[in-house]
Amino acid sequence: MRTFVLRRLLQTIPLLLGISALTFLLLQLAPGDFLATMAENPQISPAAIEAMRRRFGLDQPWWTQYLLYLRNIFLHLDFGESFSRHQPVFTVLRAGLANTLLLATSAAFVTWGLAIPLGVLAAVRQYGWTDRTLSFLAFLWLSVPEVLSGLLLLWLAASTGWFPVGGMRDLDYDTFGPLAKLGDLVRHLALPALAVGLIPLAGRMRQMRASLLDQLRLDYVTTARAKGLPESQVVVRHALRNALNPLITLFGFTLGSLVSGSFVAETIFSWPGLGSLTLEALNTRDQYLVMGSVLLASTVLIGGNLVADVLLAVSDPRIRQD
Amino acid sequence: MARSIPLASPGRPLWRELRRSPLALAGGGLLVILYLLALFAPFLAPYAESDIDRERFFHPPTPLHMRDATGRWHARPFVYGSRGGLDQTYQVDTGRTFPLRAFVRGARYRLFGCLPGDRHLFGVDPPGRIFLLGADETGRDVWTRLLYGSQVSLTVGLVGIVISFSLGLLLGGVSGYFGGWTDTLIMRATELLLSIPGLYLIVALRGVFPLELPSQQTYLAIVAILSLIGWATLARVIRGMVLSLKQAEYVLAAEAMGASSLRVIVRHILPNTFSFTIVAATVAVPGYILGEVFLSFLGVGVQPPAASWGNMLNAARSQRVLTSFPWMLLSPGVAIFLTVMAFNFLGDGLRDALDPRRTPGGGT
Repeated sequence: MRTFVLRRLLQTIPLLLGISALTFLLLQLAPGDFLATMAENPQISPAAIEAMRRRFGLDQPWWTQYLLYLRNIFLHLDFGESFSRHQPVFTVLRAGLANTLLLATSAAFVTWGLAIPLGVLAAVRQYGWTDRTLSFLAFLWLSVPEVLSGLLLLWLAASTGWFPVGGMRDLDYDTFGPLAKLGDLVRHLALPALAVGLIPLAGRMRQMRASLLDQLRLDYVTTARAKGLPESQVVVRHALRNALNPLITLFGFTLGSLVSGSFVAETIFSWPGLGSLTLEALNTRDQYLVMGSVLLASTVLIGGNLVADVLLAVSDPRIRQD
Repeated sequence: MARSIPLASPGRPLWRELRRSPLALAGGGLLVILYLLALFAPFLAPYAESDIDRERFFHPPTPLHMRDATGRWHARPFVYGSRGGLDQTYQVDTGRTFPLRAFVRGARYRLFGCLPGDRHLFGVDPPGRIFLLGADETGRDVWTRLLYGSQVSLTVGLVGIVISFSLGLLLGGVSGYFGGWTDTLIMRATELLLSIPGLYLIVALRGVFPLELPSQQTYLAIVAILSLIGWATLARVIRGMVLSLKQAEYVLAAEAMGASSLRVIVRHILPNTFSFTIVAATVAVPGYILGEVFLSFLGVGVQPPAASWGNMLNAARSQRVLTSFPWMLLSPGVAIFLTVMAFNFLGDGLRDALDPRRTPGGGT
């Protein structure tokens, strides 16, 4: 088991190197000389620009620049300087990443909290009208793009006033007590989390249904029924437990895709996460910030896949063999 | 040596299977309609793409009536005039009716980019205005913008899929056929592309192009970005298929006859992956359409005054517009939904029709 995890960890290193090379390449390809742009900004002193030039080796050939870029990232977690915010990129991104992870985790709860009961319901009532309705709705939902579902939720918030229409905190946040602070956060989190969490719902629900149906066909379920156990006990205590097993691994993969999925919701609900930051950075031509966030988002995705693989290996010994 | 054995066209059984699937037919039919609407947009739209009306910002949809306020029936459908009030509110003026006319003269356009014309399928006489789906923030007709927008949004998917699938087929084929370091290189590249969250990669690639671009170049940039990302998944699957196909006897025969590697890949191996590729392409098109919607929605894609479904959604995202002028959201929203659904229906039907495990005409 330990060798499996170790090997899997080692595999991510070339991948991260590759991604950093790609982001560096994109930095080079981006139009405009940002040092020249910085020089036009009266708020930035010539000394700071000179320091920048030395720190990133901008007067050196590109391979030296890339090695410097790598060294700064891996040794000092230094992703460069955000031009628009006059802060190190990592400082800016750290807050954004925390917010995105909060959103993605809440969204995962929304997805699974709905997918498991709905999937069980559809499986228990297989081919009944509940199952058919759920399948039909899931099929339609697959065609609703997240931009649209997000905007529909925003419409709901704007027309009912039940939820705030954006941001992460109330204006009077600082005056609240700890409980009110938590309540405020939940209220702001609710709609973006719903928007992100609903995207993969249809697929997860169908997987849950299929997984439970597979179990319900097995002999031990027949045995349990023959013993005279009530159907609810058979499903919840026996079949569901085994049916959830393959879905555990999906959880890791979902977390990675939710980070990407939260991009749209973040911009719609002005949630101050990695996605909003990236977009802002693109619009202000803050190249190091763009690339830093891409690198960070990829790391989360790769980490999610890693966790998923390890969970799979834990639950299925055959994976560990080769 | 002439071929004497008639070969069954691969398209024929496909069509036979498809005809049995009502959903696939509905999806395919809807797509034909949508693409025809895009093709004839200038003729079908009553106004020009960026025809501004300074007196009718956010004008609500003008319903067609057959019967007027006095209870009299009209032979022609008509719309009422309106009076503007404060704060973009409009009052229907039942005293003035504007009958719907066919083939009216209006803004000049070029159909298919070449045929000049100034006739529009329908319209009303000025000073009346017909807004089937309402007007936007500068008084432009939403129905007109939806049609012109579909020219961008619907073609991005097709052009993107053609480029990225050609790339994916070729690179996947080369990767599987040659193996060795070529294979390693291409496969590592796909892994790289697949381990960056999609939307982040799109935005990062967008940064390579200048933000302010003429709309045609933006279009090309979007297609280039989406194609660059899209080939990876396909290349991996095609590689797997090629690995098994290259052991086939007809491939060995072609090699023995001295066919070049490229010829073997393109003419002998890849055609056998086409049934999979067709399904994969159909299912993938919505992704490209949504990619354009995403970029334009974020304001870094197609820029107004050019219309695209994405920038129409962008115009609808403010709180005031959502609550007071919902047609701004619903019109492009429903259009996108219908398009994606049509592709999904068709893709599902094609998948069933091409599934080799499925007996012809029977169940799975």
